[in-house]
Amino acid sequence: MYVAVKGGEQAILNSWRLLAEQRRGDAGIPEITLTQIREQLGLAVDRVMAEGSLYDPELAALAIKQAQGDMVEAVFLLRAYRTTLPRLAASLPIDTSAMSLQRRISATFKDVPGGQVLGATYDYTQRLLDFELSNGAPVAPAPAAANALPAAADIATLMNAEGLLAEESPPADDAEPPDLTRDPLTYPAGRALQLQNLARGDEGFLLALGYATQRGYGHTHPFAGEIRQGAVIVEVVPEELGFAIEIGEITVSECQMINQFAGSATEPPQFTRGYGLAFGASERKAMAMALVDRSLRAGELGEAVTSPSQMQEFVLSHSDNVEASGFVQHLKLPHYVDFQSELELLRKLRARHFAGAGTDGAAT
Amino acid sequence: MSILAKADCAAIESACKTIGELPHVQWLRRPETGLVMVRGRMGGSGAKFNLGEVPVTRCAVRLENGIIGVAWVQGRDARHAELAATLDALLQAPEHDGLISKIHTHIIEPLAAVQTARRDLKARKAAATKVEFYTLAREAAAPPSSA
Repeated sequence: MYVAVKGGEQAILNSWRLLAEQRRGDAGIPEITLTQIREQLGLAVDRVMAEGSLYDPELAALAIKQAQGDMVEAVFLLRAYRTTLPRLAASLPIDTSAMSLQRRISATFKDVPGGQVLGATYDYTQRLLDFELSNGAPVAPAPAAANALPAAADIATLMNAEGLLAEESPPADDAEPPDLTRDPLTYPAGRALQLQNLARGDEGFLLALGYATQRGYGHTHPFAGEIRQGAVIVEVVPEELGFAIEIGEITVSECQMINQFAGSATEPPQFTRGYGLAFGASERKAMAMALVDRSLRAGELGEAVTSPSQMQEFVLSHSDNVEASGFVQHLKLPHYVDFQSELELLRKLRARHFAGAGTDGAAT
Repeated sequence: MSILAKADCAAIESACKTIGELPHVQWLRRPETGLVMVRGRMGGSGAKFNLGEVPVTRCAVRLENGIIGVAWVQGRDARHAELAATLDALLQAPEHDGLISKIHTHIIEPLAAVQTARRDLKARKAAATKVEFYTLAREAAAPPSSA
């Protein structure tokens, strides 16, 4: 039987209008502007850029406004927008060691060269609601030191000198990395695809997996070797020029997680590494990413793979909130025919069950 | 190029007014907005991987004397790319009426100064949050009681 599912056009149009009205809220209250979102909800903007995998604060602010602050919906909007633009080039790899630092801490060396620079962080706030903010109050400019800090050597360079930390150097061919926005993921995926997937993965999902590793599901004995946040230059080599030019600057958060490792048949005992890198001020995301990156290297480092966060296919297939949200929410689409056939089947099974029960009952 | 790419379009526009009318240019490539895939390195120094994309607008112009200017600027602003490409071409042209030095002194240097000042202030504010550790020296042991 073919059932045409049509209709609902007027209902959908009216639903759009109702959505627009609800998004606007009380018309007596001034409408929020994109600039206000970008300037005052900056961490939300950063998260949407990171998971939307598109560094554009204005568009991320628009997505947040359009989605009424629903972050997963905003990420979806940004992802959809990016598909409308052609890919013009790939950048040279960003140099995070040359970052204009806004924050830089190490939990492994108190006197790390370059120092512990806290930047703007919630870490030392008391998490008490600040009722003064509810009415709005002028904010005094933050104090500035007389001089900027000199560039700080990264922790890896310091530790590599003794060979205590697994080295990360480019392969001889320094090949172009695979791109999961171009080719569907297949397993096992290399670490380049793994990092790309994690960098755009859902922060909540990665946070839970990272937390699980700390509680014993694939323990990696992590230390936050270094966390950096700040601006890096983006350079491309346009084919019409043939040399590198700066096209702009982006803010990123980076986490070098260093992990205990007893060594294997081929590797001496040394610290191994998990890496986190994300657009914007996304420190929690970068830390969770680094934990999960290291966990997923279990196979490569000869560790037993026993927990979800060590299983690449489990993690990479479920980290994307656009895909996850789409598949969960597709259950709202009409399944009338599917369900009808299930109903028919169930009625038959029940009829057989009760008929059988009747017979059994008569027999006893 | 780097200064023009990082400058605010409105700031370039108003700085350009100080050197008079910009010359007419011919499009070699009209402004086109697309994406650049930003790459990182594993652990900051290892093999490359794809981090995510940034919007970029590029264009190319030709002056009447045949000199070509190119721009690639982060963002979606066609006018920003056009101004950057035009100035790029003008800066490569032979000096005429002191135009090149005017572009340097009235456009590039002021924009660079703004960017440097902004970066410096941010860096100094970050520097003010550097932890200065101090160690509590153990108090000298009390002298043994003379009793």
